[in-house]
Amino acid sequence: MNEIIESVKNLSIGFNSQKGKQISILRNVSTNIKKGETVGIVGESGSGKSTLALAMMGYIKQGLFPLKGECLFKSEDLLKMSSRQLEKIRGRKIAMIPQNAGQALTPNLKIGYQIDEALRLHTDLNKTERDKKISELLNKVRLPSPETMAFRYPHELSGGQQQRVAVAMALAGKPDLLLLDEPTTGLDVTTQAHVLELLRFIAKDTGTSMIYVSHDLGAIAQVSDRIVVMYAGEIVLEGPARKILKEPIHPYTYGLLKSIPKLSLAGLPASMPGSQPQPGSINEGCSFYDRCNLATDNCKKNSPDLEHIKELDTNVRCFNYKELINQNNNLQTSITKKSNNSEANEVLKLKDVSISYAKQKFFDQLLNKISDQNPTVKDINIDIKKGETIALVGESGSGKSTILKSIAGLLKTKDGQIKFENDRILSSDLKMRNPNDLRAIQLIFQNPDESLNPNHTVEQILSQPLKLYFNLSGEELKKNIIDLLKKVRLGEFYMSRYPRQLSGGEKQRVAVARAFAAKPDIILCDEVTSALDVSVQAAVLNLLQQLKEDLGTTYVFVSHDLAVVRAISDRVAVLYQGRLCEIGPSQNVYKFPSHPYTEVLLGAVLEPDPDIKPKLVAEDIVEEKPPEKGCSFQGRCPRKIGDICNSEVPPWQIGENGNAIRCHINIEELASLQQ
Amino acid sequence: MLLLILKRIGLGLITLFIVSLITFVGVEVLPGDACTTYLEREAYGTALDACIKRLGLDIPAYERYLDWASNVVRGDFGYSLSGEMPINEVLGPRVKNSLVLASVSILIGIPLAIVLGIITALWRDKLPDIMISTITIFSMTIPEFISATLLILIVAIWLGWLPGIVIIPSDATFYELLSNIILPVVAISMIMTAHMARMVRSSVIQVMASDYVQMAILKGVPYWKMVFRHVLPNALLPAINVVALTIAWLLGGVVVTEVVFNYPGLGRLVIESISNRDLPVVQALAIILASIYVGINLIADLMTLMLNPRLKSLQIRK
Repeated sequence: MNEIIESVKNLSIGFNSQKGKQISILRNVSTNIKKGETVGIVGESGSGKSTLALAMMGYIKQGLFPLKGECLFKSEDLLKMSSRQLEKIRGRKIAMIPQNAGQALTPNLKIGYQIDEALRLHTDLNKTERDKKISELLNKVRLPSPETMAFRYPHELSGGQQQRVAVAMALAGKPDLLLLDEPTTGLDVTTQAHVLELLRFIAKDTGTSMIYVSHDLGAIAQVSDRIVVMYAGEIVLEGPARKILKEPIHPYTYGLLKSIPKLSLAGLPASMPGSQPQPGSINEGCSFYDRCNLATDNCKKNSPDLEHIKELDTNVRCFNYKELINQNNNLQTSITKKSNNSEANEVLKLKDVSISYAKQKFFDQLLNKISDQNPTVKDINIDIKKGETIALVGESGSGKSTILKSIAGLLKTKDGQIKFENDRILSSDLKMRNPNDLRAIQLIFQNPDESLNPNHTVEQILSQPLKLYFNLSGEELKKNIIDLLKKVRLGEFYMSRYPRQLSGGEKQRVAVARAFAAKPDIILCDEVTSALDVSVQAAVLNLLQQLKEDLGTTYVFVSHDLAVVRAISDRVAVLYQGRLCEIGPSQNVYKFPSHPYTEVLLGAVLEPDPDIKPKLVAEDIVEEKPPEKGCSFQGRCPRKIGDICNSEVPPWQIGENGNAIRCHINIEELASLQQ
Repeated sequence: MLLLILKRIGLGLITLFIVSLITFVGVEVLPGDACTTYLEREAYGTALDACIKRLGLDIPAYERYLDWASNVVRGDFGYSLSGEMPINEVLGPRVKNSLVLASVSILIGIPLAIVLGIITALWRDKLPDIMISTITIFSMTIPEFISATLLILIVAIWLGWLPGIVIIPSDATFYELLSNIILPVVAISMIMTAHMARMVRSSVIQVMASDYVQMAILKGVPYWKMVFRHVLPNALLPAINVVALTIAWLLGGVVVTEVVFNYPGLGRLVIESISNRDLPVVQALAIILASIYVGINLIADLMTLMLNPRLKSLQIRK
């Protein structure tokens, strides 16, 4: 157990800047991987965690080069090996499971071939033995019908299945060390929980050591024995998983854990100020100095070393870590948010809304025939009150973004009505809406990199809605822009910046400011925090909440992340395959009894706590189309009672707490089943 | 799949129909008609009447279009004005000549372009790339009439190795042609190869940076195996359409090169018939060139469809 497989010693990796300066993105990293151990490397984007992981396979990305240090695999330095020698180690001794299997599998080669390639390279098996081995491997990663699976192309598989293929491929060479680079990021919550469960099983079954790289402390908590926390290219904290997660003694880890929204907490998570420094911008002192609330003058001038603390079995890079010992109780706190006035008027009503992506055929259009009897989104009835935050929750394909686009007028509805203020029907065609309605409903997109024009300065971006809706110009325009920036806590000097000069969180703030520039009544938020780092996410959530409390805006908040939804929303609507399953006040939706789908989703949420294991109650099958009749969740429901689920659409039942559930099982019975 | 092919062919036919209409209408709305344009100052009296009669210009336009179109469908383009011989006989040898020039250029140019593209991409920013890229950019930017003229000057006049211009009748045999087309082929290939090599280069570089290539490296796949198995099939797919356009461009007659070298191909016929105001031939050429473009693009689309598993299964599922 204590045999060291791979050891990284004083590794620094960097690149040459345009000014010819050497800039390091990994600084003096040392760590050991023991046999049979799973080490989680956690950090936000830009912390150098992926660079470290790839270096542990002797792979340095183009443009980077090692500055000093070594990566010893069984006492041989991978960084000094020839590519011939590395080919013998990669896939055979150390194998990689990539982040996005959909993009990491070669599109023109069949699954079977890609696994076979690994077998041919790394084993001495003959053709028939290899074929047998391929179905064995596909079986081991629990893919359905392994015989036919081998003949399929990567794109014919769902995201979870692709990830399983990548696992099978990595296992083909029977490696001693598995490197996992964000293997579950981008998968649906239930799929993610299933893949993690598989990985845990494989670690136990094969005794392979694993390095699990992720930004998600929830996933790390489920698999790791030991955790390494990275910040700005350095290891800031390293120790046993339980210690790190329950008693973090580095202020960064402490803040990070506090900024993760948790299912058990109703309020908003505490946010950390600022963002991670750019590589090369730290000249002296601690890299976390700017964001640390324990920082002293000493921290500004001197950078702390990684210090080993014997009694905690932990390495920490902080002068003042002692102040954090026994502070763990504070981790489970959150900022309570003002709940809205439930007496308020309804501002937006969705009535029997159905949306179809099926293109009407030319002849059907002529005959005015409705071609799609089974639309993507069907029978949505939601009333939204002024000043409330309603969240639409569901996995990919649940129709949550589709509904949002329809409200915005970007997608025509097939049936039903969208009513705005005093029951006035909004046209589903954007061109038919009057300018005031267009102003009243604003949209914030998921990815600010794509929603902000890269050739416009922040000033230009924010001036557009102001000019368009309010005809402002000159000094008045400028004053309004400065006001908006102040509202999203950005200084005046940001006006002349271009989006590329901003960090992810700052960009999203500009996007938020742009939406508020129109003084809208309703803001549609489409996964607005999913592209952001956890610590930045908390800050954006807090900002949205603050703006809402100040200005009385209504939010329709779409997210796949149940914990984020729990933190921000007043009411939650759970969707599956474009049909509503459950709707109610958020504190009740997160309590039982709930719709079986909500139960599945809640069970699959990964908490940053090694003691809370996800409950896997349903298979992670991906359904391509909603069922033609009956309950939308019939295909995966763990509580299915029989034919009635397949044939009849379940009725709405209202629970004691006011949450409505659409299920054939009586609500009291559901409550006792879910106890 | 079959349905899709039929659909694409149908669309191609519609395109051709529209092209024929446009050329026909274009000729109709021009001031004067085929006869007055052709006869110019002699367009009066009996000569004009005879011409009108011969071309049937006295009957209504739509009838003439139908008549002409149905003949074209049967492969008969009517008579040319200048030579007063069937257009088919004028076209036949020209098509053959263009085909020879195009095929030889394609056989030399495309493989060369792909190889150069791959080399420059794999040795990106190293010596082979810098050298080849510099040369390709040069030959891309020099207009073909200059490069062709320079070729004649150096190879034909200074060195005297090859004939400077093609002095053969338009119905020369294949072997007679071959010795005469070396210079035109070189001139054409210079431009064509340069364009395609740049395109292949950027495509290969893009694929080399993809996640699946990184994955193949980390899987321990040896370099050249990775290049042939994981990189090239994916990198060359987008090149198919560019190749198709190039082929269509070649078959349609490389006007400037043909004129400089006095090569009796389709391109020169276009120039000749326009300057002779031989409208029936111009019409026929428009239809033929459009058919070449439509046909070759159709083949390219189908090939992309066959070779890209993603599109293939998408179509089958539908």
